[in-house]
Amino acid sequence: MNAATDAAQVYLEEVADLLVQLEEALLGLEQAPDDRDLLDTAFRALHTIKGSGAMFGFDAVADFTHHLENAFDQVRKGKLKLSSTLVGIALASKDHIRALIEHPAEVDPAAGDKLLAEVTLCMAAAGRTPVAVASDPGEPSGLVTWRIRFRLARDVVANGTNPLRLLDELRELGPCEVVALTDGIPVLEEIDVAGCYVAWDVVLTTNRPKSAIEEVFIFVIDGMELAIDRLPEQPSRLGDILVRRGDLSPEVAEAIAARQEKLGTLLVREGVISEDRLRSALTEQQHMRAEAGKATVAPAVGSIRVPAERLDSLMDQVGELVIAQARLRQMVMAFEDPAMRSIAEEIERLSNGLRDTTMGIRMVPIGTLFGRFRRLVRDLAQELGKSVQLTMAGEETELDKTVIERLADPLIHVIRNSLDHGLEDARTRQQAGKEREGRIHLSAAHSGAQVLITVRDDGRGLDRDAIRAKAVENGRIAEDTALSDGELFQLIFAPGFSTASTVTSVSGRGVGMDVVKRTIETLRGTIDVASTPGAGTAITFSLPLTLAIIDGLLVRVGHGRYVIPLLAVVECVELSEEAEQRHKGRNFLNIRGDLIPFLRLREAFHSPLPADPYQKVVIVSTGERRIGLVVDQLLGGHQTVIKSLSKLHADVGTFSGATILGDGTVALILDIAHLVARGQNPDAGRKAV
Amino acid sequence: MTQTAAHDPRPSFEALTLGIAGEVFALDANTVREILDVIAVTEVPGARDFVPGLINVRGRVVPLADLRVKFGMEQTAKTEDSRIVVVEIDLDGEPTIVGLLADKVFEVSEIAGASIADTPETGMNWRADYIKGIGKRGDDFIIIPDIGRIFTAD
Repeated sequence: MNAATDAAQVYLEEVADLLVQLEEALLGLEQAPDDRDLLDTAFRALHTIKGSGAMFGFDAVADFTHHLENAFDQVRKGKLKLSSTLVGIALASKDHIRALIEHPAEVDPAAGDKLLAEVTLCMAAAGRTPVAVASDPGEPSGLVTWRIRFRLARDVVANGTNPLRLLDELRELGPCEVVALTDGIPVLEEIDVAGCYVAWDVVLTTNRPKSAIEEVFIFVIDGMELAIDRLPEQPSRLGDILVRRGDLSPEVAEAIAARQEKLGTLLVREGVISEDRLRSALTEQQHMRAEAGKATVAPAVGSIRVPAERLDSLMDQVGELVIAQARLRQMVMAFEDPAMRSIAEEIERLSNGLRDTTMGIRMVPIGTLFGRFRRLVRDLAQELGKSVQLTMAGEETELDKTVIERLADPLIHVIRNSLDHGLEDARTRQQAGKEREGRIHLSAAHSGAQVLITVRDDGRGLDRDAIRAKAVENGRIAEDTALSDGELFQLIFAPGFSTASTVTSVSGRGVGMDVVKRTIETLRGTIDVASTPGAGTAITFSLPLTLAIIDGLLVRVGHGRYVIPLLAVVECVELSEEAEQRHKGRNFLNIRGDLIPFLRLREAFHSPLPADPYQKVVIVSTGERRIGLVVDQLLGGHQTVIKSLSKLHADVGTFSGATILGDGTVALILDIAHLVARGQNPDAGRKAV
Repeated sequence: MTQTAAHDPRPSFEALTLGIAGEVFALDANTVREILDVIAVTEVPGARDFVPGLINVRGRVVPLADLRVKFGMEQTAKTEDSRIVVVEIDLDGEPTIVGLLADKVFEVSEIAGASIADTPETGMNWRADYIKGIGKRGDDFIIIPDIGRIFTAD
């Protein structure tokens, strides 16, 4: 990849971020049109997209954004009111910009022109013609910083001028810093009480021309000293400022700077300049720095952008280190050498630390994902004619980046369902005694080594009868099957299952919930559904913190060794002689009064070996469902670096991946969700009696 | 495909020759990553016979494939000559590392394009699309398998 495309790539990534910022700011502005910070954020995002777009040859983007930016500039200056129409146009424009960047070839230029026409219309309505906008120079506001030094005529006060009014007038032109220079004040006995001895240095940043500043002094110009200088855009060193002002000769500045002390302190001590003049110069420096700081688009943050592949490869290598370390420990344990053991322990500590840090790098707050849904909810609510309030909690909850990316689609789907099926329209809500505005609450929280993500609505709740009727109709359950709520609600995840009587563009086509379930399962997560009629539905995804490394329980079945994710393990019991005798008959265990179905892994895996005399049952669970897995032997805990299986084994559903054991052999990781479904299916619907 | 190819002389290529169930196969040497002695194989219950297990290749979990299944050949017992040839194949556009079981690995040699004949339409027990052509080395025939096809066909 050459440097040019590299830079373009960086631009694309940056714009993607900026568009997200822009959208969030716009959605915020819709609620709070007067929020200055949000307005500035939106404006800065547009400004940067335009500026760097032109730099990297995305001219169409730059041109289009320019007009939108102008409109927002007018809003910023208070000349244009931010109406909801304008926000709507801006949101559509944001989508247009994204399209221009991602699929420039497929973008219809007419769509862009239409948006621009709407922008122009908005601005014209506010009394500003687009022609005037176009004549605006590319500079967003043409801010220039001036230094004004003035000393009024001695008798100016006696003539009826109040110098403070002059300063106030200057302040009206823009942000300014004023420093009074008192070195002209004579000793007490020489003072004329009506005389004006003070001079002022004013540093002013304004978009008004120099003549506007001169106008301030127009009535006092006689007998006054006035110097108005344009300052460079970059903050300068103090010495340079003083030299430029003529307060200090370059030679003295250099000589003193050579002493490597704070220049200002030295200058005053040497008596070269007065403290007033120094303070004034320092004020100018600070003012310039502050203005320069405002101009930078994003505040410098202590972070760097790294391609995801590099993180992936780092994670791979750390994973291999963990495996190698496990092998080392296994070997060292065979020796009685304490020195060797201590090194092995040291390496174990280091590799664990490295593993945690590396996994930490991949963690991203889920707020980055939640943010996207505000737009989705807004648009959908409009489309469906419903009034919806979206609230969020736990946006700071961190999750592995890969998990977050893959969560987007399932969450979108669930949120859509809530909006479309869950929430009633305003009239129905009022009749039911609820607030007109529906609520959707998105939340995320840590729970042990898992993250719980919940989408909760206060809608009508799931219709148990409709689900049951549909399941009977589809032949999934018999008419008289008794099901718990949990089991009943799981039916909505079956392929082709939709109780919606009408198909809308949003949902009701019966595709989706099964895809949601599958996606969550590939992330080794589970879904729980809770619903109260009339009060709403909550769908909760439980997800592991990371995809890369899990704690596992190593078991043996026949010749083979397998890993069961420790998170899924509830308990381990011995398979009783009695249960073993009832081979093939009822494969149920009685665990403290609960009947739990079990699956003999030896049979499932077609192991030719005879069973061990004392087989163990590992009770595992996903969500509310539990099953027992009969194994020959429990081998102990094993920290597992998960390696995915190739496509060649995609047809084998029983395993979610593989790992490498301490001795270098490969062990398969059991896919608990799959096994639970398999263990329960033959008896699905039959309640344990 | 075989028809049009008959008119163009086929390109010569560097090939690794290996013996499987008494036949000699030639693999494009560029696809071969390494050759391993037979190591511990983890059986994958429920997998197709063609890809029965997994092996650890330098910290990677790699599927192990048995070409004999695809060619309907007899299973042969492992000997001290048995090897695993690790190759990189293209699986639906995704580069994938796969181990191939071989009874014996012979050598790397050049197979002259001119010596490669089309797959005969008849007289073969094997699926024609699994074979790119038949090469010749001395009096021996060498089977040039279409590895990509073998791994993606049902």
